[in-house]
Amino acid sequence: MTAADTLLDPSPSDADGPVLAVSDLTVSFPSEAGRVRAVRGLSYEVRAGEVLGVVGESGSGKSVSSMAVMGLLPPTARVSGSIRFRGRELLGLSDVELSRVRGDRVAMVFQDPLSALTPVFPVGEQIAEAVLVHAGGRVSRSAAARRAVELLDLVGIPHAAERAKAFPHEFSGGMRQRVVIAMAIANDPDLIIADEPTTALDVTVQAQVLEVLKTAQEVTGAAIVLITHDLGVVAGFADRLMVMYAGRAVETGPVDEIYRRPRMPYTLGLLGALPRLDAEGKQPLVPIEGQPPSLVDLPPGCPFAPRCPMAVPECLTEEPALLAVPDVGSDAATTGTPHHAACVRVGEIARVDAAPEDVYEVEAEVPEPEVARVPRAERATVLDVRELVRHYPVTKGTVFRRRVGTVRAVDGITFDIREGETLGLVGESGCGKTTTLMEILGLAAPTGGSVAVLGKDVSTLDRRGRKAVRRDLQVVFQDPMASLDPRMPVGDILAEPMRVHGEDRQRIARRVPELLRLVGLRPEHADRYPAEFSGGQRQRIGIARALALEPRLVVLDEPVSALDVSVQAGVINLLDELKAKLGLAYLFVAHDLSVVRHIADRVAVMYLGRIVEIGAVDAVFETPGHPYTQALLSAIPIPDPEKERRRERIILAGDLPSPANPPSGCRFRTRCFLHATLTDEDRRRCVEVDPALERQGDRAGGAERDPGAGGADHEVACHFTTVRRVV
Amino acid sequence: MAGFLLRRLANYVVLCLVATFLAFTLASLTFDPLAKLNERNPPPPASTIEAKRRDLRLDEPVPQRFVIWMSGVVRGDFGSTVTDQPISAELGRRVGVSLRLFLLGTILGVSLGVVVGVVSAVRQYRFSDYFATLFSFLVLSTPVFLVGTLLKFGALRLNETVGVTVLYFTGETDPSFQGGWIAALLDRLRHLVLPTLAIALHQIAYYSRYQRSAMLDVLGSDFLRTAQAKGLTRRKALFKHGLRTALIPMATLFAFGFGLLVTGGVFTERIFSWFGMGDWLVYGVEQQDTNIVATVTLFVAVLVLVSGWLSDVLYAALDPRVRV
Repeated sequence: MTAADTLLDPSPSDADGPVLAVSDLTVSFPSEAGRVRAVRGLSYEVRAGEVLGVVGESGSGKSVSSMAVMGLLPPTARVSGSIRFRGRELLGLSDVELSRVRGDRVAMVFQDPLSALTPVFPVGEQIAEAVLVHAGGRVSRSAAARRAVELLDLVGIPHAAERAKAFPHEFSGGMRQRVVIAMAIANDPDLIIADEPTTALDVTVQAQVLEVLKTAQEVTGAAIVLITHDLGVVAGFADRLMVMYAGRAVETGPVDEIYRRPRMPYTLGLLGALPRLDAEGKQPLVPIEGQPPSLVDLPPGCPFAPRCPMAVPECLTEEPALLAVPDVGSDAATTGTPHHAACVRVGEIARVDAAPEDVYEVEAEVPEPEVARVPRAERATVLDVRELVRHYPVTKGTVFRRRVGTVRAVDGITFDIREGETLGLVGESGCGKTTTLMEILGLAAPTGGSVAVLGKDVSTLDRRGRKAVRRDLQVVFQDPMASLDPRMPVGDILAEPMRVHGEDRQRIARRVPELLRLVGLRPEHADRYPAEFSGGQRQRIGIARALALEPRLVVLDEPVSALDVSVQAGVINLLDELKAKLGLAYLFVAHDLSVVRHIADRVAVMYLGRIVEIGAVDAVFETPGHPYTQALLSAIPIPDPEKERRRERIILAGDLPSPANPPSGCRFRTRCFLHATLTDEDRRRCVEVDPALERQGDRAGGAERDPGAGGADHEVACHFTTVRRVV
Repeated sequence: MAGFLLRRLANYVVLCLVATFLAFTLASLTFDPLAKLNERNPPPPASTIEAKRRDLRLDEPVPQRFVIWMSGVVRGDFGSTVTDQPISAELGRRVGVSLRLFLLGTILGVSLGVVVGVVSAVRQYRFSDYFATLFSFLVLSTPVFLVGTLLKFGALRLNETVGVTVLYFTGETDPSFQGGWIAALLDRLRHLVLPTLAIALHQIAYYSRYQRSAMLDVLGSDFLRTAQAKGLTRRKALFKHGLRTALIPMATLFAFGFGLLVTGGVFTERIFSWFGMGDWLVYGVEQQDTNIVATVTLFVAVLVLVSGWLSDVLYAALDPRVRV
């Protein structure tokens, strides 16, 4: 905060002005199809100490516009407009001049912490470099190294002095993101741009990192531009929000105002499309039809008009400007931060104070499937997993391989799925949910325990028996881009499973258009190749392929996590509808608990190869009994600024222990907040005795300790179950 | 880490033995060292041939002969040639000649190859990139003996134009040379330029292609963007954070590149009349001499494996992720 500061801050009056003022910014890139106009006339301001949330789907220009501020766009990009930082124009500065601002007054935190650090230098050295490069020789190497340790300590890295010497690959993703944040705040910047800083992280780690970012802001007093696609993350963090669509801001205003009174149909759609953790009862989501426009040859008019249910002919002639929203019962006037929206019908929307359901056509309530009316215990079991164990050997040596350890990926889990039921399997990366899924799909004998599909134990099956079972057990994968053969027309993709199982030509020819219609595509799409479809459409094709053989159980591996919110809602609704129509059972593996809450009937929470809590979805979400479930649920941000600010977040300490060396007794005890509050005697029980799943309400004394957990279908593996409401 | 490198070294000793044994066996089974003696006119007495046969142990089984030869090698005795010259006497001189050529060629080839590759990547799709690409493919598709001959031809024209002999293209030194050590060094250098160039050109072409693509990978990486975001200029970020990371995949290539070099060396030595190891191999085959072939094979094996071991060391020095 010395010479550089005064240099950049010529007049004291500027201190009250905005830290960053972007006006009429345009960015375009050359592409084979023509120039992509990624940002088209964007203007915004960020005031000192303020947190501005920038929200939009992929391709909305949110990242590109902030890279333009940093001057880090590739040389092929054409940039115009103005970017003023504390009154000084940044656009047009040379790389040398910009590099004096970058990392000193303006810092950036990137999305993928795994690749954001140079692999060959120790982290301490990389942080010290940020200090040294701006010190101009006034700071010694050892002083910079000491500062690096201080910073690592500040962002919550344990044993900072030792860890500063470690290389990036020796840190987990969350820890690396802390290092990146430490680097960003090294020179006490005035502005931190965080580009999807938590998207690549697990929810509990996301909560930790957001907490660190908050600390960073308190320490430096910097303004933050938080770019995200997650309306939950910004709700509790931002002061002001800017919603972007097709390279422009379509709505800006104070965060409460936008969540409570969204005025642009796109914002309304985004909020309606979001499955919510705090939703009670089941309501279909509000999907936005279509997909974002191509930015190469944008037709005149509002870019959202083709997807907008409120579009009128006027929308197609001229692009609406971002204008102040008429304040009908709004508190924008009182807070002094204006609410702007770019829509010609904003007046009408404001007058009726429209909710997403008023604007978008909501599909009729999905009828309960017939089987669902039969009590669960009386329904047929489609998947029965008993004490499933999957261990992987850790070997050493090339010539003489020897076993030096065991990775306990899945270590004795038991659950079943009944007809017409959806079980959500949740947990953080590394908890063993994917291994479980692969064991079930593999239909081979597991290391221990048993898997029975439709009553047939898979370890007893021969080749033919296994193939017959595969008919009834199908899968939809996470990545719709990678799971379809790009050289096969969609019709062939759908016909392949039927051909493999020897169905006759006529039936296949009849079935392909039927399947396409079933998932909301058109029969003539059969001749096209996967590349011609959008992500959401491809995932529909993946679902159609899974349904080709009329299975009874479909395994869904994170089926919507690669999709944008507005598209995701449509796919979730489709899955719901298909389940009711065809009486399917789903095993739904996901890390997004809001989606699970929406779609699942029962949920199983996994931690380090074990199920720690399982039960009916409402019981688990409303009255979670296991401390890990409580932490997991409390870490998920809710898209409601008021609720979000009131919520108390349980922040778990540290990272997931290695599954090769899990803690004794209860595996969660090393990170458990409850364990820390227990008496020594009780604690010993956690260390020595591995808790088994126990039905809630059955246990002695359980009734008075957790009055809320009376439900029959709810089991928790904890010695000291205490229900805590966290949503 | 030291333990790992030691284990590697032990593995390499075994590999050297295997390679030499195979070459020894193959040579023993196919060579007929008595052919020259038999062809002599008038034919030598049967007892002379018999004595030679006993001398060369041709009646003994090959593995036994290998063990005898190898136990000599361990004591520093590489046996003698068919014409009864001790191999050890000539070995030292020939190794010196070859190493001078190979090491200089490699150092020049690797360092220039890396520079050309990096410049090509940083200035991708500019004139310098296109030029480097054209040069590399041209050199790579030209056999060494043609490159060598062209170089000779070029030197001849140069010498004619200048009027004095600037560059020599036969031998490693002028046999009739007399003078002080500075002049001697200069004389050797003037002999060295052309063969070194012949070897280095291929290496530059070969390494620059790989270095270019490794550097291009790094240019698009997130950590380079992070380095710039904290205030490094693009140039500084490229050199400090980019180059070192881009060198990592090259370390593995050096080991393989050396094999390529040795085969190129055989031709280069012959073209420029350098009596090094490559030349000796060809001579050994001509003379049907198992011991020479086995000795040269052992030399090449040691060279390739030492460079492999060095590339392991280099890899560990560049990349902390492989250090254990």
